[in-house]
Amino acid sequence: MMDDFLFRAVLGGVLLAIVCGPFGAFIVWRRMAFFGDMLAHTALLGVALGLLIGVDVRIGMIATCLAAALILAYGQRQSRIGSDTVLGMLAHSTLALGMVALAFVQGVAVDLMAYLFGDILAVNAGDILLLAVGGAFALGILAWMWRPLLALTVSPEIAAAESIPVERLRLIFMLLMALVIGMAIKIVGVLLITALLIVPAASARFFARTPEQMAIGAGLFGAASVLAGIALSWHVDTPAGPSIVISAAAIFVASGIVMSAKRHFARS
Amino acid sequence: MTAPLIEGRDLVLSFGNERVLDQVSLAIHPGEIITLIGPNGAGKSTLVKTLLGLQKADSGEVVRKRGLTIGYVPQKLAIDQVLPMTVKRFLSLTRSVSRADCEQVLGQVGAGHVIDAQMSQLSGGETQRVMLARTLLLRPHLLVLDEPTQGVDVSGQAELYRLIDEIRRELDCAVLMISHDLHLVMAKTDQVVCFNRHVCCSGIPETVRQHPEYRSLFGVREADAIGIYHHEHDHEHDLSGHVVGGCGHDHSHDHGHHHHADDHAHDHNKAVKEGAGTNQ
Repeated sequence: MMDDFLFRAVLGGVLLAIVCGPFGAFIVWRRMAFFGDMLAHTALLGVALGLLIGVDVRIGMIATCLAAALILAYGQRQSRIGSDTVLGMLAHSTLALGMVALAFVQGVAVDLMAYLFGDILAVNAGDILLLAVGGAFALGILAWMWRPLLALTVSPEIAAAESIPVERLRLIFMLLMALVIGMAIKIVGVLLITALLIVPAASARFFARTPEQMAIGAGLFGAASVLAGIALSWHVDTPAGPSIVISAAAIFVASGIVMSAKRHFARS
Repeated sequence: MTAPLIEGRDLVLSFGNERVLDQVSLAIHPGEIITLIGPNGAGKSTLVKTLLGLQKADSGEVVRKRGLTIGYVPQKLAIDQVLPMTVKRFLSLTRSVSRADCEQVLGQVGAGHVIDAQMSQLSGGETQRVMLARTLLLRPHLLVLDEPTQGVDVSGQAELYRLIDEIRRELDCAVLMISHDLHLVMAKTDQVVCFNRHVCCSGIPETVRQHPEYRSLFGVREADAIGIYHHEHDHEHDLSGHVVGGCGHDHSHDHGHHHHADDHAHDHNKAVKEGAGTNQ
């Protein structure tokens, strides 16, 4: 009989991995890994604000991620400062602001490690509900705008010529990303969330021939990483979040070896 | 005259202190073929992006006919290796298309064999053929081609131009084509617009095509597929496309270009050399 907390961890982790798959594929295609990182950094400020104002920290994290995405969407229109610089400034100043704000939170012991590296074994029913509803919402919108978003990823010019609202779709995608990252931090943490997004997508790239195959493959590899990571954590007593990321990396390396071996034998 | 499909009115756009579009007005009517020529960095692509609505002008407006479908062929579509994409999937980029339809249009552009290939594995010429096949599926009212033969070898270029002309006839659409070259312009062009941040001049290439010097330069056979447009500038462009002498970039004064096609029959070799010079 599986323990309750273990069941919740597996359920929450797998749900998150499935949601992260298609989003991770887009992050890889659109080369937005740093953007994901930045959003995650701002979440710590959300934790602090949530504790200070007295709202749920999950709401605080999602709200600050959404706000950061909006600021960034505006900031990227300024051509005088490169968008990578805007990202870096926003990421680190909000992280610093979050740390400073946390110092003002009195009487509450904040487990900083849990936010930096995640605490999947502490996932509760509320987290799972949030993941299920928020994840279904994010995936639903993504599926709805899948074709035009992919078209503008391939070529913004082609998309614009065919009356696809390029700017609006970009903004919606950034907001959805913010939502997903805000939800994910409890599980893998601020420092590792980008890995859960990009590593399974990169593994899926080896086997995919179409964008859709890669998106679904990323979800499956992500789920496998979660299961392997939790198993590792359970048996060897390693921290769960980092174990998931290590599993994802191991799957990537194995996929690479399998594919180059296949190519090698196909040639000879 | 019928209403234009798309029209830019007094478009002005600056990047920082640099003015890229200076009071540009351009209208494309149904069935019309307009070729935009000009040196490197003249802002041709920017003008097209502004017309497509991808770049917002600082002032001026773009009026697009309701329900207008535009087929856009970029100068070089680089689909990244990180994005797996078969040719078949690419043809369904903005709307779902059956395999039979894909096979048919690919056959039409002579690229039937690449249907299951990855886009990132195609040669420059194959990529452009696939792009043209896409426009056949789209059946646009207006075909916009941004230097469609870049990255294609010389023999492939004439072939591509022939294909574009064929497609235009089948679709019966208007065409706006950018050419980086001063000397490679479609024979059937109605109007050539010479552009360097502003409309320098425009006119019909007809007079030029008949010119014996031009025919001797490009050969009679090529001449029927490819036309040359030449015009006399009262200013010259240097290699980077900046205007040298004559008309500076202070456009508060009248810069007195010749706007008549008939005035263009002089000084051929010079224009051709200029064209070659900007293509380095």
